[in-house]
Amino acid sequence: MSLPFLDVFRNGPQVRGLLAELTMRLEGGTTRRIMEVCGTHTMAISRQGIRQALPPELVLISGPGCPVCVTSNADIDRFIEISMLPGVIAATFGDMLRVPGTRMGLAQARGQGARVQIVYSTLDAVELARNNPDKEVVFFGVGFETTAPTVAAALLEARAAGLTNFYVLSVHKVVPPALEALCAAPKLAVDAFLCPGHVSAIIGPDAYLPVAEKYDMPCVIAGFEPVDILQSLIMITDQLNGERSVVETQYSRVVRPDGNPAARALMESVFDPCDAEWRGLGVIPGSGLSLKKEFSDQDAGNKFDVDVSYSREPKGCICGAILTGVKIPTDCGLFKTACNPGHPVGPCMVSSEGTCAAYYQYEI
Amino acid sequence: MCLAVPAKIIEIENQLVTVEVGGLTRRASIVLLPDASLGDYVLIHAGFAISKIDEKEALETLHLFEQLSDGDSDNFSDLQD
Amino acid sequence: MSPVDNNRIQLGHGSGGKLTQELIESVFASRLNNPILARMDDAAIVELQGRLAITVDCHVVSPLFFPGGDIGRLSVTGTVNDLAMVGATALYLTAGFIIEEGFSVLDLERIIDSMSEAAMEAGIQIVAGDTKVVEKGAADGIFITTSGVGLIPAGIHISGSGARPGDAVIVSGSIGDHGVAILCQREGMNFETSLRSDCAPLGKLVREMLDASPRIRSLRDPTRGGLATTLNEIASASGVTIEIDEEKIPTKAEVRAACELTGLDPLVMANEGKLLAIVAVQDAERLVDTMRKNIHGKDAAIVGSVGHAEDGKTRVYIRTLLGSRRVLSMATGEQLPRIC
Repeated sequence: MSLPFLDVFRNGPQVRGLLAELTMRLEGGTTRRIMEVCGTHTMAISRQGIRQALPPELVLISGPGCPVCVTSNADIDRFIEISMLPGVIAATFGDMLRVPGTRMGLAQARGQGARVQIVYSTLDAVELARNNPDKEVVFFGVGFETTAPTVAAALLEARAAGLTNFYVLSVHKVVPPALEALCAAPKLAVDAFLCPGHVSAIIGPDAYLPVAEKYDMPCVIAGFEPVDILQSLIMITDQLNGERSVVETQYSRVVRPDGNPAARALMESVFDPCDAEWRGLGVIPGSGLSLKKEFSDQDAGNKFDVDVSYSREPKGCICGAILTGVKIPTDCGLFKTACNPGHPVGPCMVSSEGTCAAYYQYEI
Repeated sequence: MCLAVPAKIIEIENQLVTVEVGGLTRRASIVLLPDASLGDYVLIHAGFAISKIDEKEALETLHLFEQLSDGDSDNFSDLQD
Repeated sequence: MSPVDNNRIQLGHGSGGKLTQELIESVFASRLNNPILARMDDAAIVELQGRLAITVDCHVVSPLFFPGGDIGRLSVTGTVNDLAMVGATALYLTAGFIIEEGFSVLDLERIIDSMSEAAMEAGIQIVAGDTKVVEKGAADGIFITTSGVGLIPAGIHISGSGARPGDAVIVSGSIGDHGVAILCQREGMNFETSLRSDCAPLGKLVREMLDASPRIRSLRDPTRGGLATTLNEIASASGVTIEIDEEKIPTKAEVRAACELTGLDPLVMANEGKLLAIVAVQDAERLVDTMRKNIHGKDAAIVGSVGHAEDGKTRVYIRTLLGSRRVLSMATGEQLPRIC
């Protein structure tokens, strides 16, 4: 049985044909540096063996689109401290369990007695709150615009159900301000952006217009199957060869011209933009999401007063430079030695989409 | 940044639906996609439907792959006109 | 029907006195009945001649009961299969039980029934056992340890270090079924599926395979850590590289669907009724044909080949749809569902 709208985009001969087509368009030309913004793209590219198959004229650089990787140690420490409080059930997506904070990760906190529950959906976290009225369920709100609306929906659902024991610690971030910050940075040597397919399903292609127009960056919104990524690289190459810099949607079967207005409206009814600290990029104004005042009674940042004055970024870790595409994992002195999936130092190694994890797993 | 998978809506009860993919089923919420209907293929992320799969666009995309991978076109942008 | 006084295991059941006696009689002896066990001596006495294979396995699976099996069935098939993987025909098993105070006697009976059925299916006898009860909280319901002994026929030499460049790599069927079936049952997942664990004894399949080819180098059952881990273990032990072809690996649609939804890889999910075989390439097709005649090998397929170590490195590679090669690493730790 084939999986609909998935297997059909994994046709071997088509994939190889597209690779040949891309190679033909690149060969003999100038070297193109394309940043794949999204962590899921980094993983897909590594898993599908795309990097090795590309001609030397195309260099793919992994960007900061891994929400786990860009969460600062202070934010991770804060959630871990909350998880250790008595009476708290810390609910989280599985992605966060092994991310190290300054002193430990959630898995170690669990080992020390914290009640940590992995959920697949925020609605399962609300269910936890419903089923455990004597406990306080705190959900770790990590993710970009694809995930933030689902957290907003959960908060509204909890409120509608009259639950007073469901909280969110929001460290959500949004993508376009980060792209602009990257473009404005003097060191960035990137010719085009491969844009995140599912974030774009929510925010729509127009969100990238400022980047394309102000900074002359071709932006192609790509799907995640091998044919999607290759076709998107062809589209970027054509733009660069034709000296155009526009926003194009390759992932048209999912991304509408106006994105998903209902999801955006829900997100905007619960969250306000705020300044946020991105590991490796520093504080980017307006790039985070914080709970609106009306939701302060569900805001874990308000409710739980924990001391994270000990938070520090790990020594020797160059996750920041990796996230901005300035360095690659093999440039890091800790890569594979002190820092590996079994004992990660920085999030780029432990996060499933982290560049270092991808390099370690697929490309050594 | 996000794992999302196409699945078919096989049951609707207000804002909760049952979706099916590969014989596996799960409940999902359509609160982010209020226009979703029975029989639609939707993208599921973390238990929520976030977008509808446009079958016409999917077919066009596939058609484009065929052409590109057969080396039928010199320049992709020609196909868009 | 159980004659024990209430329907929960008490600490007294493990203390060796009358309560223990009652428990053994009513729950264990009646279900695992065989002449050797019935003697109830401190040790079982059997007579064997030849090369013996011996193994031990601890079982702590959660949940205890899952579609396609339970901890009891798993404890028998797991040990039988470990023996089969060195070419041994499993004969006798022993079983040790550590039970948490308060555990349901009915559940215990279900588990022992399962073990009894699995033992019959595998053609083995459980000839010795032991039971201890620990305080509430000191065990997760029940832990079972089984050790097994079997005989290896003359001339059979199968080992993880036997793979040679040029050999073919075969899997006996769809990959990832058990791991994903368990995942779907985990709290918080809420996936509905007809997927069952593939938990099964493979002794007969292996005997048929050994009859079909005298050139089987290695056999492994890819349990925890999945196919990826097992291939790496063999590559390392044999000093070779192994390359498998993504398009050739059999997987059930539901396994792929669950993995797509949770970001997991079927290649690192556990299998409890499948095996991996490394065989001389000239015997590969004949071996697959033989395997497909057995219900536990009906989807057997050649998935790759063994090559020389490269620069002294014994890696496992996977050839992707693109036609390029990427490294396939062992599983690292717990397999966690993701949303990113």
